[in-house]
Amino acid sequence: MTALLSVQDLTYTIRKRQGWLGSEERFTLSPVSFEINAGETLAIIGDNGSGKSLLARLLVGAERPSGGHIFLNGQKLDPFNIKQRCLNIRMIFQHSNESLNPGLSVGRILEEPLKLNTQLDARARQEKVVNTLKLVGLLPDHQFFYRHMLSDGQRQRVGLARALVLDPQVIVADEPFAALDPSVRSQTVNLIMALQRELGLGFVFISHNLGIVRHISDRLLVMQKGLVVESGKTETVFNWPKSEYTEKLVMAHQSLINR
Amino acid sequence: MPRFSLYQEEYHPSPLQHTWLAFRQSHVAVIGLWILGFFATLVVFAPLIAPFDPVQQHTDTLLIPPAWEPNGSIEHLFGTDSVGRDVLSRLVYGCRMTLGISLILVLLAMLVGVAIGALAGMTRGVRSSVLNHLLDSLLAIPTLLIAIIIVAILGVGLVNSMWAISLALIPQFVHNTRDFVRNEMKKDYVTAARLDGANKVHLFFITILPNMVEMLVVQGTMALSIAILDISALGFLGLGAQAPSPELGTMLSEGLKIAYMSPSSIALPGSAIFVMVLSVNLVGDGLRSALRNRMRQ
Repeated sequence: MTALLSVQDLTYTIRKRQGWLGSEERFTLSPVSFEINAGETLAIIGDNGSGKSLLARLLVGAERPSGGHIFLNGQKLDPFNIKQRCLNIRMIFQHSNESLNPGLSVGRILEEPLKLNTQLDARARQEKVVNTLKLVGLLPDHQFFYRHMLSDGQRQRVGLARALVLDPQVIVADEPFAALDPSVRSQTVNLIMALQRELGLGFVFISHNLGIVRHISDRLLVMQKGLVVESGKTETVFNWPKSEYTEKLVMAHQSLINR
Repeated sequence: MPRFSLYQEEYHPSPLQHTWLAFRQSHVAVIGLWILGFFATLVVFAPLIAPFDPVQQHTDTLLIPPAWEPNGSIEHLFGTDSVGRDVLSRLVYGCRMTLGISLILVLLAMLVGVAIGALAGMTRGVRSSVLNHLLDSLLAIPTLLIAIIIVAILGVGLVNSMWAISLALIPQFVHNTRDFVRNEMKKDYVTAARLDGANKVHLFFITILPNMVEMLVVQGTMALSIAILDISALGFLGLGAQAPSPELGTMLSEGLKIAYMSPSSIALPGSAIFVMVLSVNLVGDGLRSALRNRMRQ
């Protein structure tokens, strides 16, 4: 059976020159390869600047990779064809506040991707929007709301709804829980897990919170300075970390729990 | 089965209604809106409101003082000028000319400026810079000077002064639009729209334009008051609208000759310009704070 999403030797190089004669600063994402099956969750952890967000942006197509391929259900994704990709791979942004358009109502925000990517008529789109809102635990009335009227948790749900509205197969989330308080965070985590079970989604998520990572992910990818330090089943990595860096991360996490 | 609803009121105000609710909070702005509405009525219905033709000369009634003076007549409410034209009719048509032309100029400048600015904001590199700085030299020269240059080349006239003023108004729209679009393009919601498969046209009109309204209103009202002042200033200097045509600035300069005999002939057009600019600024200010406040409640 082919994997739902399979990434092979994805690389990315960025050069930034400071001033005219300044030294050239380079950041390279070393070849990354992984696979996810339907219903599986892959977590990516690592410190700031390790290329986690970049990897997420490469997956959804916001950046073009320098090399390597992404396969969805065995079919190669064209880096220039956003339409093909956005029907199947959707992103949830870190700051739900900035990722929602302040000038459009929630209904319009959810309707735009449908307008652009499907042949549904106005009534079918409306129905889809209402159903998606219900799916993420909001009320149909919320489609008339604007960004500034929603709480942080509700905004995150709208972000999730926008990802789900096109019935994707993979969702990529860049630290979706970072800005939420603990109670709303656990609500959202449970919501996402329930949806994943229900819809059979593949889920790639980036987080700093090892507790949540251990709770929801099946596989783990540890990154440091653009390199994949370690990857494998979450429980294996947590119990028998191979690299020093992972060991430190796990130790820090354990010391917090057992205090 | 009744639909479950958490909220008691089944009323979802649109952004426009939100703005109106916030606008109403400021009484000064509402008064300004009434005054501006009055002027707008004059602009639209001038031929119905004015009692006489503004250029018709009543040779038997020269320089009649306004009706409230002892020897005034009710037939000419604001009196007549030195060649017997009804001042009230001239004022009504003058408001029509000054405000109407200013509105057209601002709309034209906004359309051109926003189009160039949007192109400059969405493109990168040299093309963007060229578009952005295309009209910059005009910023350095005052409007009146540009008008004098254009008038010196093309000759005196209202149309030529209109060209001058609209040219002078365009650069600020270009710059503000470009800066705004540049800033918004960096934000996550634009990335999200791009990932939805939106092309650049869609990105500008659907995603960015709704958020640009506040900036456009602020710039638009500022440009409107500048346009009103410039049109009347050029008329006053004799470079814009020419003598018989009822334009507030031109009327002012005509009234200056007979200011000692009938002070009202300069007081009336002068205060009309003043009240017009004041009301535009009041409404603009009220709208700006209303648009800002609707986003945070």
